[in-house]
Amino acid sequence: MMKEDDVIICRCEEITLEEIRSWIGKGYRHFDELKRILRVGMGPCQGRGCRDIILRELAKATGEPLDKIDPGTIRPPVKPIKLGLCAYGKEGSSI
Amino acid sequence: MSGNKAQNEKRTADAIIVGGGVHGASAAYHLAKEGASVALFEKGYLSSGGSGRSAAGLRQHFGTEVNCRLAKYNLECFPTLQNDLGGELDLEFTQWGYLWVAYTEESMTQLEKNVSLQKSLDIPSENLTPGEMKRRWPYLNVERMIGAAFCAKDGHINPHTLTMAYGRAAEKLGARIFTYTPADKLLASRGRITGVQVAGESWSAPRVLLTAGPWSTALAASVGVELPVTSERHNLLVTEPIEPFNCPMTLCLDDGAYFKQVPNGSFFFGRDDPDEPKTIESGNSAKFLEGVTKSVLQRIPALAGVRVIHQWSGPYDVTPDHQAIIDWTPVEGLWVNCGWSGHGLQFGPSGGRLAKEMFFGEKTFVDIRNFRLSRFEEGDLFMEPAFI
Ligand SMILES: Cc1cc2nc3c(=O)[nH]c(=O)nc-3n(C[C@H](O)[C@H](O)[C@H](O)COP(=O)(O)OP(=O)(O)OC[C@H]3O[C@@H](n4cnc5c(N)ncnc54)[C@H](O)[C@@H]3O)c2cc1C
Repeated sequence: MMKEDDVIICRCEEITLEEIRSWIGKGYRHFDELKRILRVGMGPCQGRGCRDIILRELAKATGEPLDKIDPGTIRPPVKPIKLGLCAYGKEGSSI
Repeated sequence: MSGNKAQNEKRTADAIIVGGGVHGASAAYHLAKEGASVALFEKGYLSSGGSGRSAAGLRQHFGTEVNCRLAKYNLECFPTLQNDLGGELDLEFTQWGYLWVAYTEESMTQLEKNVSLQKSLDIPSENLTPGEMKRRWPYLNVERMIGAAFCAKDGHINPHTLTMAYGRAAEKLGARIFTYTPADKLLASRGRITGVQVAGESWSAPRVLLTAGPWSTALAASVGVELPVTSERHNLLVTEPIEPFNCPMTLCLDDGAYFKQVPNGSFFFGRDDPDEPKTIESGNSAKFLEGVTKSVLQRIPALAGVRVIHQWSGPYDVTPDHQAIIDWTPVEGLWVNCGWSGHGLQFGPSGGRLAKEMFFGEKTFVDIRNFRLSRFEEGDLFMEPAFI
């Protein structure tokens, strides 16, 4: 059976629970710090898959209640869109 | 980062640093390495200000001698910096080059001037024709381009891990780093700095270094020092990763648009916009997305099908001549390193070294008189022609 630690919790960047726990252990105690080191929450899913799990791990490590853990920043656009669509309102290039 | 809690600490140090961007973190490292006791206060996480929001382009293309000399030193440090700082964090340093593209004779003349200055200082820059550009980077649309300046040794670094690695290395050398701990104000008495106030408590130190980027202005004013540093908001976007093809940082001097690929394969796009609010607050401009993609896709049409993942913004700390201020202030014991006007991330290595040399009263390794604070009063500005 797969160990809990080996579970990939961020599919965009293939980060395991073990990696998250190890960086929290090194003293990185905020979602925004882990995001800057591991890119969790920076991928196409914007943290939809991993954020809650990581916040729970942070709550466990710091002994703070879950609702006191800063969930970090979520940036637009919320869904990835093609550059051509941003520029020309359609996907192909106009030149 | 450290989880240190400022309440239970001895509230004195040889040097207090306010601001944990790359300059504060690098100064903490250099000072601690020479045995000074250091306390650094950062209101967010290390790199949460301008540093982490930057495009993190590393270049030796400058048009003033002192910047070229410092930039050359920076590029000498970067290749081994990850190991020098303990190797725990991946700094993602690459040397895919930095390209400045001219669309007018006037900007080409300036680029040529800059390149000849760089060459005189042994910086391996060169001028390129549109034909040479097309040959090296076939995916670029060179239409309307007149020529360019290029330096193949320039590149990119991860600005977050760079700043955090300096902080981490400083901590290992004994520096105390307090994140999520803003300084309320600086403290001075009879023309001398005495320390800073943090969460209502005084911390004392005979020397205080202000490296709070655009926030330095208000902090300096708390002890009566006036810094001509204002904020400007600038935007960036990042795409999904695609197969890396080492696209250099490419800056288009017609409308200030720039783009580059970073090591994980994502692209960064940025663009100057004089209409952006002059604010220290980050935020998102919907208009930016359309403007920057239109402009960049003209130069590199092949990216039209790539998806943008998100955009962000950050403040430049701008001075009247687009040059930093690195100097002791009229308040004895208070020194500043700020006002980098949009090109300061890459000066982390030299900024920290200079802060250390100033603290110990050593001769600085490069003559930095040009960066003195009194130049504004004296009307002795020294404009950096190569700024974006
Ligand atoms: C969009 C954009 C693109 C850029 N591109 C590049 C580039 O390609 N190359 C390059 O070299 N540079 C670039 N820059 C510029 C670069 O980001 C800055 O020049 C550099 O990061 C400045 O570093 P710093 O340490 O001086 O300031 P900052 O990184 O801004 O650090 C100041 C710190 O002080 C903290 N602070 C503020 N108030 C307080 C307080 N009261 N108490 C404690 N802490 C406080 C802030 O939270 C912040 O972390 C770019 C900037 C932006 C915004």
